[in-house]
Amino acid sequence: MVFAAEPDRLLASIRELIVNEEQQEIMAQAYQQLGFSLVNEAAVARRGSSPVPRRQGVRAMSIYERHTSKSFDQDLETATQLFLTMGDSVAVQVAKAIHALIDADEVLAREVINTDHDINNKELELDEHILLIVARRQPTASDLRLVMALSKGVVDLERIGDEAVKIAQMACQISAEGSAPRGYAEVQHLGNQVRLMVHNALDAFTHLNVEQAFEVMRNDGVINREYQSATRALMTYIMEDSRHVSNVINIMWVLRALERIGDHARNVAELVIYSISGEDVRHTDHAQVAKTVQEASEQMAAREATANQVLANEAPTYDEHTASNERKD
Amino acid sequence: MNDVVERTRKPTVNATNTASQKTSLLDKPMSTATQVDQPDTASFNRQTVADMPAGMPPAKMEIRDLNFYYGDFQALKNINIDIPEKNVTAFIGPSGCGKSTLLRTFNRMYDLYPGMRAEGAINMGGQNVLGKDVDVNLLRARVGMVFQKPTPFPMSIYDNVAFGVRLYEKLSKVEMDERVEWALKKAALWPEVKDKLKASGLSLSGGQQQRLCIARGVATKPEVLLLDEPTSALDPISTGSIEDLIEDLKQDYTIAIVTHNMQQAARVSDYTVYMYLGDMVEMGETDQIFTNPAQKATEDYITGRYG
Repeated sequence: MVFAAEPDRLLASIRELIVNEEQQEIMAQAYQQLGFSLVNEAAVARRGSSPVPRRQGVRAMSIYERHTSKSFDQDLETATQLFLTMGDSVAVQVAKAIHALIDADEVLAREVINTDHDINNKELELDEHILLIVARRQPTASDLRLVMALSKGVVDLERIGDEAVKIAQMACQISAEGSAPRGYAEVQHLGNQVRLMVHNALDAFTHLNVEQAFEVMRNDGVINREYQSATRALMTYIMEDSRHVSNVINIMWVLRALERIGDHARNVAELVIYSISGEDVRHTDHAQVAKTVQEASEQMAAREATANQVLANEAPTYDEHTASNERKD
Repeated sequence: MNDVVERTRKPTVNATNTASQKTSLLDKPMSTATQVDQPDTASFNRQTVADMPAGMPPAKMEIRDLNFYYGDFQALKNINIDIPEKNVTAFIGPSGCGKSTLLRTFNRMYDLYPGMRAEGAINMGGQNVLGKDVDVNLLRARVGMVFQKPTPFPMSIYDNVAFGVRLYEKLSKVEMDERVEWALKKAALWPEVKDKLKASGLSLSGGQQQRLCIARGVATKPEVLLLDEPTSALDPISTGSIEDLIEDLKQDYTIAIVTHNMQQAARVSDYTVYMYLGDMVEMGETDQIFTNPAQKATEDYITGRYG
């Protein structure tokens, strides 16, 4: 009898069967009626052992985290989904812009510039959603922090989109004026790191992972140093060979745009930490932030432990069922 | 100065407002006809049907030129509202503004008391509810009401729900059982009481009693549900579950709710009506009223600058 199986296996099989978020909720409610809870799902998702795809059940909410009002859950879910969709779009914009630059692909660059319009519209849409959530639901505590984080984060995402457009515009210019003799290796290298930062920041937001967010914050320091060394190398090149000054300066603008994207990704990571821990870690030195991150992780782990404890206490007869069924088999 | 006055008197009309409700909030124009500075009661008497928001779903009840008197005192002054179908309309306003009075005219509760009279028309299904030839009991089966204090009958839970049904319909035992179960499920009370249907209705907790009253209200399959401050006497958790219930019920019923808790109106309703001293000041979509109300009086009340 499947109900008696270990929760993890059960959850894995449920996840295989249920792709649709709506169905997941119906199943979760059915299980709640029977006295089960999908609390473990949150723990499993956070530890990353069965990764939750971004489009589905974004925050891997356990039963304990649902509001009485289903539409409130729906509103927050919609806002978070919009945010993450926008995040994915800008990440793709950055990737395309860098490719357009390196391959001198003007068509791709034009695509990036045109798509910025959609991203701006997403910003307007998300801000409207957030305004309505605050007006209608008067969110408090973690809901309030999440809504504030979304409201601020969308600005950073939109700016990342704008920086990607700048890179694309440089790509157009370079394909018109001719390529720079060097600097592409630096762009490729810095570009890869920055794309990883953006991806990690959004991932940290999806899975509420403070450690990953802190990692992103530290990486920004690395990126800033790399930017400075790349700039110095290019300036040295200009001084040694000044035939292609304007082209090399174009590349330097691109590097600057990438460094700015890294800063915005760091801002998103800081908002993730704020949303979870309640501590504003902007403009704080990393030692302090490390302490905050550790406290937040411990608190989340403690909460999961008590939640699992409650689950275990609520269902004391499961072991007997398993034992008796195994005997029957 | 004159051109400022001219501009504020001109009604703002936007052709796209009749389109889907998904237009951006920031683009939405003011939905009422005039913008007045102070709650000037003289101008409210001239309020007409044109003061309602455009693009509302079809009206379940149309209130036209409703005046209500407690003896000599006029409690409602020339009310013109449409109650949209299968939506939640909330009435907010300070104490004594007439919102409960208005609700009670919808199912003619005032008939039970001497000295009260209503003038005007409330049209539902083509018929004027205030007319002399209306069967009031049948009306109250079509327009159910839930009051502030949970008032279960001193009978078993089963009989509480079946009472209203028995007055109007002849159902067999099996059908009655089904109807009671359906009503209790609709009121999200069934899992808690299914084993004790014969227990007294008064043995339930406050939140459960209120849900029992709601089950009693929906058992007769009304078209409209009137809720007069249904959660004022309840704790936040019961309030939350009843608000969730209202959101489920609005799929099937038209709901009018009076609440002194503005945040509840914001959470639960689709349209909000702000009333003051017997006048309707503004009616609009809840989203718009709570983010950008057209009348300054509404804004003062909602932000707490009132008085």
